Amino acid sequence: MVYFLGNETKLGMSRGVAEPKLTAMDAMIDKLTGAIFIFQIVVVIVLGIAGNVWKDTEARKHWYVLYPDEGPWYELLIIPLRFELLCSIMIPISIKVSLDLVKSLYAKFIDWDKQMVDVETATPANATNTAISEDLGQVEYILTDKTGTLTENKMIFKRCCIAGTFFGNENGDAVKDVELLKAINTGSPDAIKFLTVMAICNTVIPIKSPSGIVTYKAQSQDEEALVRAAASMHMDFVNKNANILEINFNGSLIQYEVLDYLEFTSDRKRMSVVVRDCSSNKIILLSKGADEAILPCAYAGFQTKTFYEAVDQYAQMGLRTFCLAWRELNEVEYHDWSLLFKEANSTLVDREWRVAEVCQRLEQDLEILGVAAIEDRLQDGVPEAIETLRKAGINFWMLTGDKQNTAIQIALSCNFVSPEPKGQLLLINGKTEDEVCRNLERVLLTMRITKAEPKDVAFVIDGWALEIALKNYRKAFTELAILSRTAICCRVTPSQKAQLVELLKSCDYRTLAIGDGGNDVRMIQQADIGVGISGREGLQAARAADYSIGKFRFLTRLILVHGRYSYNRTAFLSQYSFYKSLLICFIQIFFSFVSGVSGTSLFNSVSLMAYNVFYTSVPVLVSVLDKDLSEKTVMQHPQILFYCQAGRLLNPTTFAGWFGRALFHAIVVFAITMHSYAFEKSEMEEVSMVALSGCVWLQAFVVTLETNSFTILQHVAIWGNLVVFYIINWIVSALPRSGMYTIMYRLCRQPAYWNTMFLIVAAGMGPVLALKYFRYTYRSSKINILQQAERLGGPILSLGNIEPQPRTLDDTDDRSPLSISQSKNGRSSVFEPLLSDSPSAVRRSFGPGATFDFFQSQSKSSNYPRNKDN
Amino acid sequence: MNPVTNGALKSKKTSKKPEYSRFTQQELPAWKPILTPGWVITSFLAIAFLFIPIGLVSLFASERVVEIVYRYDQDCVPEMYRGNVSAYIRNSLTNKTCIGNITVPKKMDPPIFVYYQLDNFYQNHRRYVKSRSDKQLRSAAYESSTKECEPEARFNKSGDPVPIVPCGLIAWSLFNDTYNLIKKDKVLNINKKGIAWKSDTKVKFGSNVYPKNFQSNDLIGGGKLNESIPLSKQEDLIVWMRTAALPTFRKLYGKINTSLEAHDTITVVLENNYNTYSFGGQKKLVLSTTSWIGGKNDFLGIAYLTVGGICLFMALNFILLYVFKPRPLGDPSYLSWNRKAVN
Repeated sequence: MVYFLGNETKLGMSRGVAEPKLTAMDAMIDKLTGAIFIFQIVVVIVLGIAGNVWKDTEARKHWYVLYPDEGPWYELLIIPLRFELLCSIMIPISIKVSLDLVKSLYAKFIDWDKQMVDVETATPANATNTAISEDLGQVEYILTDKTGTLTENKMIFKRCCIAGTFFGNENGDAVKDVELLKAINTGSPDAIKFLTVMAICNTVIPIKSPSGIVTYKAQSQDEEALVRAAASMHMDFVNKNANILEINFNGSLIQYEVLDYLEFTSDRKRMSVVVRDCSSNKIILLSKGADEAILPCAYAGFQTKTFYEAVDQYAQMGLRTFCLAWRELNEVEYHDWSLLFKEANSTLVDREWRVAEVCQRLEQDLEILGVAAIEDRLQDGVPEAIETLRKAGINFWMLTGDKQNTAIQIALSCNFVSPEPKGQLLLINGKTEDEVCRNLERVLLTMRITKAEPKDVAFVIDGWALEIALKNYRKAFTELAILSRTAICCRVTPSQKAQLVELLKSCDYRTLAIGDGGNDVRMIQQADIGVGISGREGLQAARAADYSIGKFRFLTRLILVHGRYSYNRTAFLSQYSFYKSLLICFIQIFFSFVSGVSGTSLFNSVSLMAYNVFYTSVPVLVSVLDKDLSEKTVMQHPQILFYCQAGRLLNPTTFAGWFGRALFHAIVVFAITMHSYAFEKSEMEEVSMVALSGCVWLQAFVVTLETNSFTILQHVAIWGNLVVFYIINWIVSALPRSGMYTIMYRLCRQPAYWNTMFLIVAAGMGPVLALKYFRYTYRSSKINILQQAERLGGPILSLGNIEPQPRTLDDTDDRSPLSISQSKNGRSSVFEPLLSDSPSAVRRSFGPGATFDFFQSQSKSSNYPRNKDN
Repeated sequence: MNPVTNGALKSKKTSKKPEYSRFTQQELPAWKPILTPGWVITSFLAIAFLFIPIGLVSLFASERVVEIVYRYDQDCVPEMYRGNVSAYIRNSLTNKTCIGNITVPKKMDPPIFVYYQLDNFYQNHRRYVKSRSDKQLRSAAYESSTKECEPEARFNKSGDPVPIVPCGLIAWSLFNDTYNLIKKDKVLNINKKGIAWKSDTKVKFGSNVYPKNFQSNDLIGGGKLNESIPLSKQEDLIVWMRTAALPTFRKLYGKINTSLEAHDTITVVLENNYNTYSFGGQKKLVLSTTSWIGGKNDFLGIAYLTVGGICLFMALNFILLYVFKPRPLGDPSYLSWNRKAVN
């Protein structure tokens, strides 16, 4: 017995190796750290040279310093090295620790989030990778699988067309269609044949539990759905005993002996079974498969037109279709073929191809029985989630193994593409390089022209064309990828999915891949962020992913709430860490100018250590609880995510602001301290403690000013920290051995000390507050406006409709609650049901310009017609 | 996946189901202030109205302090040595006594503090500030712990290096000018007791530590110490060893407990021993009264007034801006995506 398990399987081999991921933010922080490092080196060199010059020109005159006339050979290096030591605090080591801490908390918040628990399976969201939460807020592209990700992967047989008669069209469920049941009960041969194929043309194994209930083990959800549907229509597949299949039809037991399985491959797109009817001894070939694989094999003269129509109709409803067929074989024909089949199966070279060829010989002259349509329902909230995320400026690519029409329909019902007047689909297909090239260029041209318009253009490409495009026209395809907000890729393989991720990453986009099955693992690992849906196809994807969620709709919350907050918080935390280090370092540098550029440290080592570890780290850590906007507001205005995507809160410009603030505050602290503690008060320990207190006071107010929402923890951390600062220093001041014995007590008794503190705070924070207020009110960012509206109970709250919108497929305009009063003219026409489509639809989506006519005529056949009247 | 592991996983999953708490859901009640004009203008006005009076009071207190600064380093060099000051100051035989007069501008109430002020003297130089041994100063038991004191750590007593007490550059460079004040032929008593911090005399400088081998090397720095008085009583040394953070500093020399009337002329008889000439430093004698903010220092008052004034100015500006160019807060029409929708 051979098991196909483990890493040697096809899936295992194509899985690839996961690389450690680095967020865009971490990369930016690293860059900034590098810049600060260079700045530090420059400072050290300049001060080192200045120090040596001062030493040689001035210090030797100062007899009390007693510089030796002849120093050791390394004398020139001493002062620069001292400055290096002094400036080493410029790069905050604590940032790494703080970041790791808050990042793990971000991840915990995701794990803890009640609103992301899948109620059905009680699966909470889980962040496997704790280090990349900020990237969630910067996602630009989402690549999503279809089956099981957007849909529930719960296949249900819904409609069928048997011998030209449609069933299930009225009530939407063929199993309950009275006509069909009547046909079965009256023994209509077509219906019975159809049911037989549904029941036994598969590799399903029925398992009978002791209580008599039959459950099915199936490799594919589709087969299970068909078998189940057959069972509920009285064609019960009850037992499989070696090669004998037992079917219970209306109480009578029918046995079939399986002679051969003609297996399903993705090239053949069909599978067949050869069985012998044990009662009549007839040999029958039962086939099922994709329409393009089955319908051409019908026997000559067979009218397949209705079936093509049925397939079209079903596909446009977003249903998965299977064509079922049958043929009676005569003994001789089967015997001959069976020999060939055995031989083909035992060849060593090109077996797959040989077997396919042999199968092909048998699978012809088929009698087409009908078309079965299986529904795979969209998960709850998928269209809303996608609409919200698209509003947030995230581009969606759908990568699926399904056929084009089904994919397009799903895409439409998911809000991937706006409906007709705004949206437009451009198809790229073709089997040859030429065709693909032509198509690609046409689509590109259209894209370039429509780029200026607020239009929603999506391209659709199938696996074959994609292969050619990626191989031969990579540049053109990359441009296309950049231009288009939406893409639908059908019939793609796992490695193609990964290649597409790679392509987008190479254009410097932040990508998020979401999928549920083993075939998505590579894409998930390849993407900047991999999200797995812990769904019905097992946990493979969820395990490989950075985040696993129970349902697709949680992605909105993951990105807009967790991702956004994480980004904002980290942006503040990291820049603040640099700010506080720079502040203390600038003071040291200024002090070196009044201490003969000799590299004296104003602060003692205990204070420096405590400054970094306690006084400034603790208050900023509670910024993990900071929320600039409420979750509700963000959900209403997903556009605000743009600030995170574009990296507006952490970039060299904002960093320069913090750098400037550090410099300004250092000047304030130093100048005020040195002037108010001049002359007889100018005692080293006291001055050092005054300057340190000034820094700690300032940082408390800086954190306060930058905090948007104060919970009790923030108050405790910010003001408690200030109290703790005094307590710690009182304790240290009580130790006779410490250098600062009694210093803090002396200072706290002096009115001048408190005067100095207030002066430092007012002088340091006044301009910052004024500038912030000015920008906040007169140059406000979108975030500011939303904050104001939210907190003042402005129009947002009074108009806000935050209830989840009903699952309409058409509500895709950019209407936000804010603009509710604004004109909606021209929109009402959009609210047409999309699915009731007719092939005779006329496209009207092209703009008025004559330029488009050229394309219209050219691309008529490829643009998918959707809206009846629009 | 086989059903057993699936079930096991599921039960594990359910047990992992998060507990509800406001913290884990990030729903702690929060105060969300925003920078409304009201808030900002009020706080600027509050700062202004708080700071301007404090500034005035501080300035007033500083103005009430009477301070006499008498620079003597230039005048006390005899004419004949003006061209070669170092020869004068380094020679222990030259007469260093110098007499000068100062006039009291306003009535000075006791206690009057007598300071010496040094300019361009880097007590905060790294080589200097580190060159001391707190252990040695504290206790006689640590007499030989002089590691930090280089280059003034040990005295080479006939080939045997013995520790210097107190060691280090700071002690070695002890300031040694002395002042005597005479008012109307009567010597003003300068009380030199209690000029050092209590914490220093009690804890940092040991009462059983006596100076040893001090200023015995060839190179003599500053003042000498009486070897029979313990360090805890050598208050001049203690004051000197509280290093200053700035190159300009004052150190307490003593206190006068009698009041000085306005227009009193005081004769200063001083010993000009200390060498600040080699590096162009200045020496000043300062007599000063004190107030609640300490000595005379206009900085705090002026800074308070300035900050208060600027805050007032900002507040007025913001009020004007608010009146003449009002901007409704949270106006949704400023959201670009809404603006697009309008167009």
